[in-house]
Parts: sequence; C-alpha cells; structure tokens
Amino acid sequence: MVANTIDVRDVAKKFGDNPVLKQISLQLPVGQIMGLIGPSGAGKTTLVKAILGMEKVDAGTTTVLGTPMPNRKVMQRIGYMAQSDALYEDLTARENIRFFAELMSVPKTKLTTAIDHVAQVVNLTDALDRRVSAYSGGMKRRLSLAIALVQDPELLILDEPTVGIDPELRQQIWTELYQLKSQGKSILVTTHVMDEAERCDYLMLIREGIALAQGTPQQLEKDYAVTTIEQVFLKAGRLQDESHSNL
Amino acid sequence: MRVIAIFKRVLREMLRDKRTLALMFIAPLFILTLMFFLFNTSSDSVAKIGVSNVDTTVVKAIKNKHVKVHRYSASATAKTQVREDNLAAFIKQKDGQLTVTYQNSQPGDSALVRQALQGGLTKIRVQALAAATKAQKQALQQQAKVLKTLVAQQQKMAAAQGTTGTASATTAPTATQTKLKAPTNYQVTSHYLYGSSDSTFFDTFLPILLGFFVFFFVFLISGISLLNERTTGTLTRLLATPIRRGEIITGYLMGYGLFALVQTVITVTFALTVFQIHMIGSVWLILLINFLLALVALSMGIFVSTFANSEFQMMQFIPILVIPQVFFSGLIPVDQMANWLQWIAHIFPLYYGGNALMNVATRGVGFGGIALELGILVLFAVLFTILNVVGMKRYRRV
Repeated sequence: MVANTIDVRDVAKKFGDNPVLKQISLQLPVGQIMGLIGPSGAGKTTLVKAILGMEKVDAGTTTVLGTPMPNRKVMQRIGYMAQSDALYEDLTARENIRFFAELMSVPKTKLTTAIDHVAQVVNLTDALDRRVSAYSGGMKRRLSLAIALVQDPELLILDEPTVGIDPELRQQIWTELYQLKSQGKSILVTTHVMDEAERCDYLMLIREGIALAQGTPQQLEKDYAVTTIEQVFLKAGRLQDESHSNL
Repeated sequence: MRVIAIFKRVLREMLRDKRTLALMFIAPLFILTLMFFLFNTSSDSVAKIGVSNVDTTVVKAIKNKHVKVHRYSASATAKTQVREDNLAAFIKQKDGQLTVTYQNSQPGDSALVRQALQGGLTKIRVQALAAATKAQKQALQQQAKVLKTLVAQQQKMAAAQGTTGTASATTAPTATQTKLKAPTNYQVTSHYLYGSSDSTFFDTFLPILLGFFVFFFVFLISGISLLNERTTGTLTRLLATPIRRGEIITGYLMGYGLFALVQTVITVTFALTVFQIHMIGSVWLILLINFLLALVALSMGIFVSTFANSEFQMMQFIPILVIPQVFFSGLIPVDQMANWLQWIAHIFPLYYGGNALMNVATRGVGFGGIALELGILVLFAVLFTILNVVGMKRYRRV
C-alpha cells in the first residue's frame, strides 16, 4: 500500500533564465482531493506536467503511485485533463472518447459501457454523436473530463476542470469527484476559483513558483486568522511581496 | 493496438475532411489533364513561313507538316511581311543565297522553321549527290566500255605484233576490275529505344510527376496534420497516455501511407487508361516507389512541422524543401548539370525517386535495377522517423 499517491520532492524548473518552480514539495495521500490554487502564471500547469513526467525538471524527484516519474506505464493509471481542450474537432464526442479509451487499453468488451457511463457523468449523452467542432466551450470541457475518466483511473489530475462550466454542472462534477473519492481514488485539481478550493481536503497555494502555504482549508484559515480561502490567498500574497521588498 | 487506434483516427479524420481529400485525389488528375493537353498541342503546332523569290525545289523540300509556306512577290520585305502576317520566318533568295529572318518571339516556332529548313536543304543536297553519283557512274561505265574495246583492239594488235604489248595489256584488266559502287540511296528508318515516335514530354515526365504529386501532397498534409496535433494540444494529450512515441509515428505512417497509395493508384490508373501512356515497366514497382516516396515525404513533413508554429509557416517550407526537389527529380537531366549541382541533387529524396520511376516506366528496368534507389529512399524514411521519435522527447521524457 502506497501512502502517498503523489510525492513531489524539491522540484525546481527554469524556462531559460525564468524560474517557474522553486523547490516545491507536494504529497497527495491516497483517497484525498488536493487543490492547487494560485494566480495564472504561478506554475500550476508546469507542476502538473512535471508530475506526469511530461516536463523535464531541473532538480528534485516526483513519484506517482509508488513509481518514479517519468514512467510510461503509470500513465495508464492516471486520468489527465489538460488545461486547454485537446480534442479532435472533426470527430464526434464518442469517437474522441473511444480513441483515448483505446490508447488507455480499455478492454473492447467494456468500451461501450465505459463510454456511456462517462458521458452520463458529464451530461453529454444526448450530444455524444455530434462532432466536437459543433460543441460549445463548456461542452468541450466536459468531454475532456469524460476522457480523463474513461479508463477508471486511480489518480485524476485535472487542470482547471471547471472553467467555462455553469454553476449547476460544476456542482454535478464535484458530486462526481466526491463519488470517485469515496471509491478510494486520489484527485489533484488546479483551480483559481476560491469556492472550489474550499471543497478540497488539502490545499496548496502556489505563487511565483513557491508553495506559500499548505494544509486543510480550515487550518489555513486559522493560520492566517481569516475566514475565507480567498483572504488566505490575498494575505499570503501580500506577505510574499513584503518579504521580497524587505530583501 | 494503439497503433491501430492512431491509424483508424487518422483515416477517420481524413475522410471527414472532404476538401483535403479532394485536394489529394482530384488535384493531381486536374494537373495531369492540363499538362497532357499543354504538351500535346505544342507538338502539333504549325509555323508560318513566308518565301519570296525562292526556288520551287527548295520550297518543296522545306515543306512538312509543321510549317505552312506562303509565297510573296520578289519585292516583299521580311520586316513588313513578318509583322503584317505574323510569320514565324521569312525566306528570301538572291542567286544561291537564302536569307532567313525569324520573328523569334516564340522560340518554339523558330525551332520548327530551322528544322524544316535544315531538313529541306539536306534533302536537296542528298538528291544532288545522288544525281551526281548516277552521272558519274554512267560516265565511268561509258569509259569502261571504251576501254574494253580499246583493250580488245590492243590485244589484237599485240597478237599480231608478238610479245611487245604485254606490259600495256596487263594494265587494262585492272581498270575494268575497279568495281563501281552503286550510289547508295540512304533511307533513314528511325527506331525509338524507349517510347515511340509519338512520345511526348508528357510520357517521359509523367512517372516523375506522379512521384512529385505523391511527395508534395503527403508532405504538406501530414506535416500540417501533425502541426495541428501539436498546436491544439492533442499531441501533449496523446503523450499523457501510455502510448510509445514510435507508435504515434507508426500510426501516422500507416494512415497517410494508405492515402498516398490510393492517390498513386488513382493517378496511375487515370494516366494509363485515359491518356494511354506508354508504361514499359511493372506498375507494381511504380506503386512501390511511390509508396516509399510517400513514407519519406511523411516522415520529412512531420519532422519539418516541428520547426513551424502555424500552417503558414509550414507552407514556407515548400519553396525551400519541395520546389528544389523538382529541379533534381529528373525533369531537367541531372547528368548535364554542373558538377556541384549534381552533388546537391544527391541530397534530395526525389532525385532517387524520380530516377527509379523513370527507369521503370520508360526503360522497363526491374527490381534489381532500382534496388539502390529504393534502399536510399528507405534510408531517408528511417532517418527521419528516428529523428521524429527522438524529437518527440521534448513532449515527454519516456
């Protein structure tokens, strides 16, 4: 039994001379939802890609499901939803899901039920045979999520999953995420929507490539002596800026 | 299994994109048809020649199906007549001297006139030569007759005079023995090693054109397709699955390879049935060469697409990488180029492809004769495929 689904230790990454991640460590225990919050450009996506082994890191190690990354085989156990919708517009939603399911080695016998199930989760059953080029932004987001779920992965890594999705459906998606959590799956979500952050078990605040704060939402609110995560975020940011100017 | 998934997806995407499909399958037929008529009309063209004061024998000799002769009065001048009647050339004779004035705004017409004139004059010369030889022969025969009678008389005289005449008598038979060669009437029969007398540019160039079409379209479409995959983020998404980098490239090679094959079959069938092109060698070898060319174009297109950030930037590679290949594909004879150019030719895949296609289609060379070219094409494809697989490491480290 692996205690931590994701174990990131002292990861650093530079793009040219520009440091994007500075000594970040992150542990995601099994069966928990972790929220990665921070302003755009904070390095969330880079960290996610480093965890997946798609981005070469300059220092530190990442271990996923007990395997040091990069590792091709572990990919099969990770459901990944990218920040930008990476879909084949000329194909229908069903063909898109099927294609990725085949790459994930979903057995042929389970393919149809798996597709129907994930389509239902993201509420796309009626539009399944429409071409993606005719989809709205929100529908594409949902389809991307469906693709991430199709092989029933142990770990879900969702990069901004609820951008452009209306509140009702967002509610629905979170219900599904809790459902998956109850099945013992681990989830890593990046977001900059603060009310979503409150729903996570653990939070990690990233700003300018540094992990500003880490802990449960309640603990963070207590530590910073504020009542909402938004305030935690703002206060932590101010403190960071102050320490910069003090240098 | 994953390769098959990629392969199926490439096919499906292609079939959905009707315009690209049309470009791949119909555009080559359109261009071929256009070229067929362009090259064929040029071989039937007729040049108009004006003659003034030229001997009828000369005019008769010049006439052929590519020139039309108009007679003008002795006072007509070249400049005015050429301009007024749009003549390709104007010939004026003064005593034995022929003066030809070419319009020369269309080098093709000038060439036709030059040919007719040269041919005509040669004809006259040959006729004159034949006539002269005939006359000589008659004269010689007459002389021989005279000689014979002379000899006979001499011998009679010698017999009468004893042995004194032997010396002069022995010389006589040698004279009669000189064999008179009959004037050879040279008749030219032409044999064409490849093709026939109606071989046109089109026949010779068609195989190379086929190879070029395959190369060009596959290069462009596969390159842009992988570029799209990169810019829309699906490539990154693909690499977030357990797929091997090699499997992606292989799936692409299979998918676009199949389309290239279909394209070749359609264009070759079209050329063979509609235009009745002379194809000496095996059609299967033609298909094989084109398939290999497609693989090279495919791997090259994918490779090059990594250096482009948009479709427009992909198009910018056409003048750099595709057009030069046309020059070295055999449309212009490579062995007549400057030495350094011949060296450059060897770095272009289409040079080998064009060579092989030409050898098979017009010279009937078999597999053994083009094995080297095929091998080099395979090498090109393997090289670029390896580069692609390695290059994809940028997106995922394993």
